[in-house]
Amino acid sequence: MAKALINVPAKARRGDVIEIKALTSHIMETGYRHTAAGEIVPRDIITSFTCRFNGAELFRADFFPAIAANPYLSFFMIANDSGKFDFEWIGDHGFSTTASASLSVVE
Amino acid sequence: MKRSIAFVVLLMMPYLLRAGEIPATGRRSGYSFMAPDTRAMQDDDTANPGMLWVMEGESLWAKQDGASEKACADCHGDARESMRGVAARYPAFDQVLGRPVDLEQAINLSRTRHQQASPLAHESRELLALEAYIAEQSRGMPIAAGADPQLAPFVDKGRELFMTREGQLNLSCANCHDDNWDKRLAGSAITQGQPTGYPLYRLEWQSLGSLQRRLRGCVTGVRAQAFEFGSPEMVELELYLMTRAAGMPIESPAVRP
Repeated sequence: MAKALINVPAKARRGDVIEIKALTSHIMETGYRHTAAGEIVPRDIITSFTCRFNGAELFRADFFPAIAANPYLSFFMIANDSGKFDFEWIGDHGFSTTASASLSVVE
Repeated sequence: MKRSIAFVVLLMMPYLLRAGEIPATGRRSGYSFMAPDTRAMQDDDTANPGMLWVMEGESLWAKQDGASEKACADCHGDARESMRGVAARYPAFDQVLGRPVDLEQAINLSRTRHQQASPLAHESRELLALEAYIAEQSRGMPIAAGADPQLAPFVDKGRELFMTREGQLNLSCANCHDDNWDKRLAGSAITQGQPTGYPLYRLEWQSLGSLQRRLRGCVTGVRAQAFEFGSPEMVELELYLMTRAAGMPIESPAVRP
């Protein structure tokens, strides 16, 4: 099931600066909270996000407990070539989500 | 003597007016009290975290469940057609129970009656996802709950709850949301408490949540004992709030601070 919302323009002119937006579903449990019974709620966060464009790493981020639930990232790139974005989120307890989007560059 | 009576009446005027409710033309969504950043988050469907629940609800809509092995879609078809405007009409009167049910209860009744599935827990991810997906189909449509004459006594009960002072702070809903909505409380806008965007993503919650969750937060805030999820009082309050917001457009899933 799709667990991420990606917003990338489908088309761009060569040389344009485009914005890439990625939102994913995750509780980002800090590991610092306690239950009413006093037990620690185990940490469950995303630890790393990577965006590749045509296989080459475009943007990478390490995540920490202070980051809000359902993290939203936005970053920019210069559109030089058409191609495919691959997004990957990796986290605690074997969490992994992927998503992809394509960009077509016109002259 | 006559002049002094007229003067006293004149002095009392603001107090007499204060007892009045918000006129239809003066109704304002919580959206209009928000900072531009939060508004932008709600306006962009790829930045609005509530859309994650809508996406999940869309897949649950088509998923078979319960002993009937039926999905919502098997009876209701395409939600974009069949559920359009439905959320704007809830809470609605249930003939079998003889009382109003809200959208969450209607989903669970449909699960038990038609899917032979177990009801989903209040505030569970699945229930909120289905509710968000259904509510999203009514986006932009005017709230039209409470038109059914059978609902009239329940609207009155809800209104009475809204107007009744309670808790250690001895406040009614109306003390803030009818009388002082244009002011601030500890830096936050009080707002009119119009339920236009539920279920909504609250930044404070870091999650989507129902109107009942919001109401429980408010009732706890005045240090009263909150009504249980799904209790008749909760639904009556929801119903009154929806009639109070009649004609305002649905924003679900909204974002609030």
